[in-house]
Amino acid sequence: MKKFFQNLKQYPSAIFGSILVLLLVVVAIITVIVIPYDQAISRWRGGEDVRGTVPKTARPLYINWITSQKLPETMVLDSTEPDDDIEKTKEQLADELIDITIVYRFDYDYDDFPQELQLVLTSEYEEKSPFVKLTWYQPDGTEIELGDLVANPHETFRFQDKELKETLGGLEPYIGLFAVPDSDPPEPMKGTYELHVKAYIFEEEGDVDGKLISFGQVHGWAGTDHRRRELSLALLWGTPIALAFGLLAALGTTFTTMFIAAAGVWFGGWLDEVIQRITEINMMLPFLPFLIMVGTFYSRSIWTMLGVVILLSIFGATIKNYRAIFLQIKEAQYIEAARSYGAGSWRIITRYLVPRIIPILIPGLISAIPSYVFLEASLAILGLGDPVLPTWGKIINDARMNGALYSGHYYWVIQPAVLLMITGLGFALIGFALDRIFNPKLREV
Amino acid sequence: MADRPLSIEQTGATKVSSKKRPNAWLRLARYTGIKLIALAFSITVGLYLTILVANMGGYVDEIMKGQIRERISLSVSMDPEMKLLTQAERLKKINAQIALEEKRLGLDQPFIKRSFRFLVDAMTLDLGRSQQLTSDTGSRQVRDIILERLPATLVMMTSANFLLFFLSLFFALYLSRHYGSFLDKMVIALSPTSSAPAWFYGIFLLLIFAAVLGWLPYGGMVSAPPPPETGAYLLNLGKHLILPIVAWMMAYFFYSVYNWRTFFLIFSMEDYVELARAKGLPSRDIERRYILRPTLPNIITSFALMLITLWQGATLTETIFNWPGLGRMIYRAVQTFDTPVIIGSVVIFAYLLAITVFSLDFIYALVDPRVRVGSGGPKS
Repeated sequence: MKKFFQNLKQYPSAIFGSILVLLLVVVAIITVIVIPYDQAISRWRGGEDVRGTVPKTARPLYINWITSQKLPETMVLDSTEPDDDIEKTKEQLADELIDITIVYRFDYDYDDFPQELQLVLTSEYEEKSPFVKLTWYQPDGTEIELGDLVANPHETFRFQDKELKETLGGLEPYIGLFAVPDSDPPEPMKGTYELHVKAYIFEEEGDVDGKLISFGQVHGWAGTDHRRRELSLALLWGTPIALAFGLLAALGTTFTTMFIAAAGVWFGGWLDEVIQRITEINMMLPFLPFLIMVGTFYSRSIWTMLGVVILLSIFGATIKNYRAIFLQIKEAQYIEAARSYGAGSWRIITRYLVPRIIPILIPGLISAIPSYVFLEASLAILGLGDPVLPTWGKIINDARMNGALYSGHYYWVIQPAVLLMITGLGFALIGFALDRIFNPKLREV
Repeated sequence: MADRPLSIEQTGATKVSSKKRPNAWLRLARYTGIKLIALAFSITVGLYLTILVANMGGYVDEIMKGQIRERISLSVSMDPEMKLLTQAERLKKINAQIALEEKRLGLDQPFIKRSFRFLVDAMTLDLGRSQQLTSDTGSRQVRDIILERLPATLVMMTSANFLLFFLSLFFALYLSRHYGSFLDKMVIALSPTSSAPAWFYGIFLLLIFAAVLGWLPYGGMVSAPPPPETGAYLLNLGKHLILPIVAWMMAYFFYSVYNWRTFFLIFSMEDYVELARAKGLPSRDIERRYILRPTLPNIITSFALMLITLWQGATLTETIFNWPGLGRMIYRAVQTFDTPVIIGSVVIFAYLLAITVFSLDFIYALVDPRVRVGSGGPKS
């Protein structure tokens, strides 16, 4: 064992690969502990309450560090959560008239415009809906009337008024409200902005609260997708899924194949013949179309796929290799010795045949892991990804389907692809080194 | 993974030579007969399995019956003449039409019975008509649909695979002569990149050369509309071919070179090669007579298996590059439950594979004097 690690040290690439794999494993474990499965699923598939303040296809935050241009981040100002920037005053003007003023004050020093603006109003009243008047103040003191509205218990003001657009010179309000007047193309005006919400409640009691959301162009450390989902969640959760799929498929296939090959060689006769025939039949079946059929007709669940992948791979090309090696070992003298002292078939297979093949098996096993990880991604690219779980392949597929390459949302494709690449490279580097350590014949050349 | 060319060691050569050969012809015939029967058996079982899966064990019939009922009910209820009939009469009319349509498609017979008819049709290469897909000329014949897609797949897969095969073979030969050199070390270092499939590199290539730089097209086989003159057409086709081929090479080239190089190196350490070197033979001769000659069976196997994988196309690479080939066709066929097309494609692959496996044994005997067909065989 010590010698093995000394050998391994001679391959810096293997050490690098081990570090990559270790990193992935750590990320996978932490992810599963910090974001439990149920929470991850509900956050990935959740509705308005989860994604209410998340912008669409926003770039990752780190884009701002790379480029000189500073893109706006998402900003949420909620009057129910008191803050220095939010002033709320409530005044009883008459018996049945309450005046509420909410002032939102915020600094804006980004080089681009937000993606969208929203003001979500929640009002408490008995019968008569409150009347709300909105006014916008730019840093240079320009006052812009946004309009009036009658607020229902839940009212969202989306800053999409036609009149407002006209007063802003035809610009979309989320641009026009932040733009330097008469700049072409529009340029954002930096400084402190104010939004005044003035509400009149025509009852003895009542309240109005508002949440101002400015949807940014960057959000979260991994950006968001077309359905306002944070990609960071999917990238993190994709790690344990990819590792589990790759590892289970590789383990399942390799060990079953080995035992079947060993049993076939040892018992020979009709068993060997049957195994050979099954291998040949399996060779006739096209692997990928079969998986596509199962995915389309039966179930796209990742675990069904895993089972079918293992089933189709057991009787693959490797079983012929293992068989050839076992045939050689079977004739060895120590096997005969074992037989002469009365060892049973099971004992011979597990104690004498199988251990001899481990040096070939282990590198093959490690190298098989990334190919299964990529197989899962391939199925996702064909639209056969698991319907519930977020996986790397599914992100790439979503990105492709929504034209990420055409519209410049490169982060959407690159991030999961880099993770796939790291996984592939990590395992391949280790498998490669192991192959050379275990097979001295390769080491010489 | 599924796009990857099959590995070298898929067929076992019968390398056991026997000293005495009484009745060589008889044994050859016997061996050939057994081999043929075994292959026929494998094809039959494999095809039947495919038929079962592609029909979901008969469930596709239920889906189709449902579709027929819906379509006919709708068309009858939309027909103004039928509005005059009573409810019962209309129902009778609908049922009669459904029965007729089911009979036309053969759905009135039990699935098990039909599955065997499918099997016989497939085995006799009577591919029949598709259910959903049509060729661009409007034909519903599975043969026409497949033949129409074949050139697209051949253009891409043949150029990519031939380039990959011969470039890696000759590069590996070169490296085996210069092993330990910088180039050799670089290839070893780069070979783990083959853990990623071609479509994966395709995405990166599209991102760089189509999206960012805008030099090459996003996909497809020719621009729409295709240029009318032959020269311009070929140029246009070539432009669309670059990225898929580069992606294919990136995915498999280094690994393939590494494998061949190791393979050649193991052979070049044989004693007879050492002897030839000691005799002072020029390295070109050594390469040709002492290294390439004994490895020829493996090279031929690898080449033959590469040829038949061309047939399957590369579903994923075709998907990423929007290439109208056979891989895409199978995918579309599965998505639309078009079982005749799936089975048609599978049966041709099975036959091609069987023919290759069968003829390889004889090719070995031709190129390798150490191999005798039918002597001993891998039955030990």
